[in-house]
Amino acid sequence: MSYINKPKFKHPKMQANDIGLTRRDYEGTLTTLCGGCGHDSISAAIIQAAADMSLEPHRVAKISGIGCSSKIPSYFLNKAHGFNSVHGRMPSVATGANIANKELYYIGISGDGDSASIGLGQFCHIVRRRINMLYIVANNGTYGLTKGQLSATADLGSKTKSGEESQFDNIDMATLAIELGASFVARSFSGDKKQLIPLIQAGLTHKGFAFIDVVSPCVTFNNTDFSTHGYKNTWENHIALNGVDFVPMREEITTSYAPGKEKEITLHDGSVVHLHKTGNNYYPTDKENALHHINEHKKQGKIATGLLYINQSTSDLHELQETVDKPLNSLGNQELCPGSEALNDINNTFR
Amino acid sequence: MSELIQSSKVAGLTKVNDFVVKFANVNGSGSASANSMFAKAVFRMGIPISPHNIFPSNIQGLPTWYEVRISEQGYLGRREGVDLIVAMNEQTIGKDIASVVPGGYVLYDSSKVLANELLRDDVNYLPIPLKDICLEEFEKPAQRQLFKNIVYVGALSAFLNIDFEVLTGLVGDQFRGKEKLILPNIHALELGHHYASNNFYCPLSLQLKKSDKNKDKILLDGNTATGLGSVYGGATVAAWYPLTPSTSVVDNFSKYCQRLRIDAGTGKKKYSIVQAEDELAAIGIAIGAGWNGARAFTATSGPGISLMQEFLGLAYFSEVPIVLFNIQRVGPSTGMPTRSQQGDLLCCAYASHGDTKHALLFPATPKECFDYSASAFDIADRIQSPVIVMSDLELGMNEQICEPLNWDDKSQYDRGKVLNAEQLEEIEKYGRYLDSDEDGIPYRTYPGTHPSKGSYFTRGSSHDSYAAYTEDGTVYAEVMDRLTLKMKTAVDYLPAPEFSESTGHKFGLVYLGTTASAITEVLDDLAKKGIALDALRIRAFPFHTSVTEFIDAHELVYVIEQNRDAQLKSLLKIECNIQEEKMRSILSYDGVLITAQHIEKSILESLQTLEESGKASA
Repeated sequence: MSYINKPKFKHPKMQANDIGLTRRDYEGTLTTLCGGCGHDSISAAIIQAAADMSLEPHRVAKISGIGCSSKIPSYFLNKAHGFNSVHGRMPSVATGANIANKELYYIGISGDGDSASIGLGQFCHIVRRRINMLYIVANNGTYGLTKGQLSATADLGSKTKSGEESQFDNIDMATLAIELGASFVARSFSGDKKQLIPLIQAGLTHKGFAFIDVVSPCVTFNNTDFSTHGYKNTWENHIALNGVDFVPMREEITTSYAPGKEKEITLHDGSVVHLHKTGNNYYPTDKENALHHINEHKKQGKIATGLLYINQSTSDLHELQETVDKPLNSLGNQELCPGSEALNDINNTFR
Repeated sequence: MSELIQSSKVAGLTKVNDFVVKFANVNGSGSASANSMFAKAVFRMGIPISPHNIFPSNIQGLPTWYEVRISEQGYLGRREGVDLIVAMNEQTIGKDIASVVPGGYVLYDSSKVLANELLRDDVNYLPIPLKDICLEEFEKPAQRQLFKNIVYVGALSAFLNIDFEVLTGLVGDQFRGKEKLILPNIHALELGHHYASNNFYCPLSLQLKKSDKNKDKILLDGNTATGLGSVYGGATVAAWYPLTPSTSVVDNFSKYCQRLRIDAGTGKKKYSIVQAEDELAAIGIAIGAGWNGARAFTATSGPGISLMQEFLGLAYFSEVPIVLFNIQRVGPSTGMPTRSQQGDLLCCAYASHGDTKHALLFPATPKECFDYSASAFDIADRIQSPVIVMSDLELGMNEQICEPLNWDDKSQYDRGKVLNAEQLEEIEKYGRYLDSDEDGIPYRTYPGTHPSKGSYFTRGSSHDSYAAYTEDGTVYAEVMDRLTLKMKTAVDYLPAPEFSESTGHKFGLVYLGTTASAITEVLDDLAKKGIALDALRIRAFPFHTSVTEFIDAHELVYVIEQNRDAQLKSLLKIECNIQEEKMRSILSYDGVLITAQHIEKSILESLQTLEESGKASA
């Protein structure tokens, strides 16, 4: 967790976005993660994604659990409120925050220890509750902050720096999320900015629970040639099931693709996600098909990435519960307190 | 006329409006509504009552009891001994009959002959062939079972002289909207009444007489009051995990929200209730919502409190307001899940690892459950910290007579120190944990308030006045000292102790929560014996300074509480620096409400010892 602020210097030629902010306005404090840590690339991708989308930084709430991954919210969007909570419990804190004010953007940042082990229960249930948020797992297959123990996402046979080999089957957060009803599930690689940025933008815009499992290598403890979560293996074996472009609602769609090579998904606010097909009969709107493709790739030692699954017809928790249009945290006495007359009537039912 | 009652050689108890009726049933047999109909009928006759459910952690088939103390003087505590038992449970009938005081009565189902060993010669038997009556009168098996309960209530109305109109009125109220059920229920009541009147001398010498003691009063359980108080207190978010005996808090919050919190224009809800996957998530959701500016609560009991410890530390250290209702039950571990105790005092006062302290409120009546639940949200917002309302099963799940609930329409929610966009605009540099007012309470903002000012990073790790991470021990210690100051400030926002009218005596009583139900009776009974005592009821933690003053002003105080380890006494020693010699514990921890008899006996024995050792009497 950094306490060092970045220099305030702004390059005069730095371009401002639609709301007059530059990339600098989306940065956080200086990172204290190890040099080369995949997590820093995730921060950078979020900064770029938010700046390009012209998100108002203060309308974002960033919430995390505990671990190296959960330090990430310090390193982006300084003007957003952050909450670094309890190990494995980010989902519940994010749920409460979202219920209190449905008008903010919520970014939950977690790790594989945080979400696949101590917080697996909370992860499963936030997916079921359909909280409208973007949930990112920075997945490195290891416990970095406690110096390199294997995590539950480490693949069977994967080895850490100390030579410890995973004897158990891994938990695949992406397939788990699909099965539990997440309406937007993607997997990416911290090293693939071109893929990660549009996924973050689409995930933030998607109405409902958006999940991105980001393979994010731990350079210090799990970056060996025998680790399935290291840079080498991920570079060599990650296969994009589709290419992703994100066009915000305000922008004109300028690119075009050959017929049949592209699928266009319009999100609820009018933004568009373009998925370039890669000739693999992959349908991200078909749950069974998605699970099949992911598992087939896994059997071959490959990591399927891209927008794995999307379903735009589900409702989020607020819609399911039919909460009022105004955020609950903005309701005051007049709207909430039934007053003495109603209480007198209630007293009569107790006599 | 019954042979039995006439041949009985025992003189029946002669008591008017001052006795205990106990119902022994099998749970799941539909007895609960019949028994509460009995209690409510007595209440409507203007006679003070206090009913107590003693029930199993089970849905069907195990023994359950419902004990109703009737007291014209208004003593609402439990009283030892039973004057009339309705013995409907074959599993426990031996013990149940044995619990009746000499001269008392046993009402039982005489469709089956009572075993010889169950016949006592110092009590009166009231045999009613309940099963046979119902077999003859009702067709459906379910009715035959259910109406046995209503028939004995009808019989009791003849035995005890309950106004029959009051009973039929209750049936009408209970089944409003289900008119088809009214007639058969009234018929069942009549069957019981007729059988009793035709076969016994009615009423018995143990009987009821209309009174005027319940004017304006209501009959209410603590959890209903707590749920309703949360609606009035402005709670919009409830997150919970079902756990006896706290479940009905959220059930009632939900019930009253459906009635009172629907937006008239759109039909949409001005609240959200989430049944979480466990208690950890429940309090996590409340903390997330509290952080984001909604009034949020969770309700639980001992096992849930254990699970919530880590999060309570987070809320304390990162200064997030939440309200937690702890409806205490008997621990440790699963303990006795359906019995009552004041066993979580220490674990709530200092919940979580490291140096922590939490504000606790101790309601003693359903009305206080309502008042404290509503004000807990103001207190939590003012002190930006968890507030734990310490009820218990006895208070939460049993109806009790109390004053009607009231609300001051001029009162406004106090959201504490929250800066809006305009206020932030005027501040040069905002510090989330800056103690600008030197009362230990800093200013907060809700996420999303201002484009460039007011954002901060909330964290459970050590932080400075600007919410930045720090491992500087001096800065950490400063924050911890400020939190100490904050909890001192908090005392001013908490309900002050309640004192008895008497003052200046040598000995005093200190107690809290449901123990209060026995105290008036204790003071009256001891006064009759020439022993005058002062009494102080603690209503909140951290303790008000007057608690220390009270104890200091007495030679000896009896600290009365319902747990094994004298947890309140420990807290008094730790917090008020009171010497062990100044306090004597009176404890009760068998899972049922402490009685005046137990307290009186303990005090008398102690005074006797003191006298013998030359320390003089009260």
